[in-house]
Amino acid sequence: MAKELLKGNNAIAEAAIRAGLEAYFGYPITPQTELLEHMAARMPELGRAFVQAESEVAAINMVYGAACTGKRVMTTSSSPGVSLMMEGLSYIAGTEVPMVLVDVMRGGPGLGNIAPSQGDYTQMVHGGGHGDYHPIVLAPASVQEAIDLTVLAFDLAEKYRTIAVVLADGSIGQMMEPAELPPMAPLRKQLPDWAVTGEPGRERRLLTSIYLNPDDEELTNIRLLERWENIRSEEARWREYYLDDAEFVVVGFGTAGRVALSAVRAARAAGIKAGLLRPISLSPFPETVVRELAAVAEAMLVVEMNAGQMYTDVKLAVDGLIPVEFYGRLGGVVPFPDEILAEIRRVAAGPIVGQNGHTRQRWLERLSILREGN
Amino acid sequence: MLNPAPSTAQVVYERPHSLTETVTHYCPGCTHGVSQRLVAEVLDEMGLRERAIGVASVGCSVFAYNYFDVDFVQAAHGRAPAMATGIKRVFPDRPVFTYQGDGDLASIGMAEVMHAAARGENITIIFINNAIYGMTGGQMAPTTLPGMRTTSSPLGRDIEVTGMPIRMCEVLAKMDASSYVVRRSLHDAAHIRKAKKAIRIAFEAQQQGLGFSLVELLSTCPTNWGMTPNQALSFVEDEMLPYFPLGDYKISDGVKGLKV
Repeated sequence: MAKELLKGNNAIAEAAIRAGLEAYFGYPITPQTELLEHMAARMPELGRAFVQAESEVAAINMVYGAACTGKRVMTTSSSPGVSLMMEGLSYIAGTEVPMVLVDVMRGGPGLGNIAPSQGDYTQMVHGGGHGDYHPIVLAPASVQEAIDLTVLAFDLAEKYRTIAVVLADGSIGQMMEPAELPPMAPLRKQLPDWAVTGEPGRERRLLTSIYLNPDDEELTNIRLLERWENIRSEEARWREYYLDDAEFVVVGFGTAGRVALSAVRAARAAGIKAGLLRPISLSPFPETVVRELAAVAEAMLVVEMNAGQMYTDVKLAVDGLIPVEFYGRLGGVVPFPDEILAEIRRVAAGPIVGQNGHTRQRWLERLSILREGN
Repeated sequence: MLNPAPSTAQVVYERPHSLTETVTHYCPGCTHGVSQRLVAEVLDEMGLRERAIGVASVGCSVFAYNYFDVDFVQAAHGRAPAMATGIKRVFPDRPVFTYQGDGDLASIGMAEVMHAAARGENITIIFINNAIYGMTGGQMAPTTLPGMRTTSSPLGRDIEVTGMPIRMCEVLAKMDASSYVVRRSLHDAAHIRKAKKAIRIAFEAQQQGLGFSLVELLSTCPTNWGMTPNQALSFVEDEMLPYFPLGDYKISDGVKGLKV
């Protein structure tokens, strides 16, 4: 397949279709609506299921039903819509059926705006729905990566009978870039042996998330957690840039990571030994590589388009070995490379230890000064 | 030695094959057992047991999946019609049904059932209306009658504050794409026979691809009504029937043409 100029949302939708998607259920919300529109046109012409649901609540429960049949199924939404899906996501996790969710994040909280944001990190990575469960969460930084991770998400979801999330943001969804789509995969012929399909000639099957006996529920939780431990050891993914001799490590995912790469290159040009770690899997979080980098680097700088949601996970992985600084923009504002370069310069100028106040507090002060300057 | 059974002996009544041998958790006098038996008999008679997919809801009907010997999934509260939609759209040739109570369907699941009807979704809904929340211990439901005492309307349902009960059949019949919407009652044998026929028509309609079918069954909850089983049956007849009249609220031309 040759490269084409593709819009992120359409590219994700077409990638899912080519990966063998059999049913799509969704609800319009900016900035992911083109995804739904692409499905509305393509799925029926391929004889596959498409329903525009009455709400995100209904969409996720349609997904839940179709996922119980073992078919490849997905929904897509954006932050406030994903909040509405939390009930269904918890049920799906508790029932151990695979599905893919694409969250094209926008500014929040509340109705917020339709600009790119990374404010759903905590909502997706650390659950959101009730109970102990962990979805796999993959964060693309380009249209090509969004395509590749969407295909991967289906494979991982089915391999582990879990929820796999592609956590993009409004700029990935709306941006056009040259990218290559995968070839059309044939639909699977065989359904898994747990699928509720109304197939004659076998014992009846039941899929549920209810275990009234606490002992049974505890066992179910243990099974989920053991599977999660397996995922944690097998499925961590990340990209490294200029890290071989880096003294100052920038950590950023998705669009923030992409902007940070420009800043790291500028820092290198200015003689600062900076590098970038861009987590691809936010869940499982690549904590081992963060820890290894913390053992050799002088300081880290976490850059996000939120108030430091991944920052907390980096801090946990670093475990006090080196200082971890934070820089973020909020509410749909995308940082410029120059802002991040200024932060890298500040961290490289050191020392950070001994400065007054909490990291976030000091960042908020710098952000206020920056905003007054504008 | 016992005499062998006469060769003319035949089974005229037995447990439907579509029911498991599990003892139900329902209270004495509760009509859930009756309605589930009726559904099972219809599945048997139509030869659908092995192909049907049921969607259990939340409430006393939460354990329906234990009692039906067919493939089952368990929905979140009120979401059964959405879940059934997801299943039906990928397995259009399977009979898909939900079994929902009045709190589940008429309160928290109002959006899901209305839009399933609006889409003309080719599923069958068995709607149990006993005018109260059973599983949580007798709270006011959207179907609770005016003046009726519940644990959350301890002085009787005050319509000045809580409005009026919702009549789901009347509402759903107004949806242009709904195909078969009827209300029946389980308070005596004659009405139970009529209820079974309605359930049969609903599944026949689905098998013919005629779209959304719903059978509302007026049911008892003696425990939470604070009545004996007999008193509860009388309550259905004397108090519920006047407010929830039995009848055929929607019979599409396609369903009219069905031979059952």
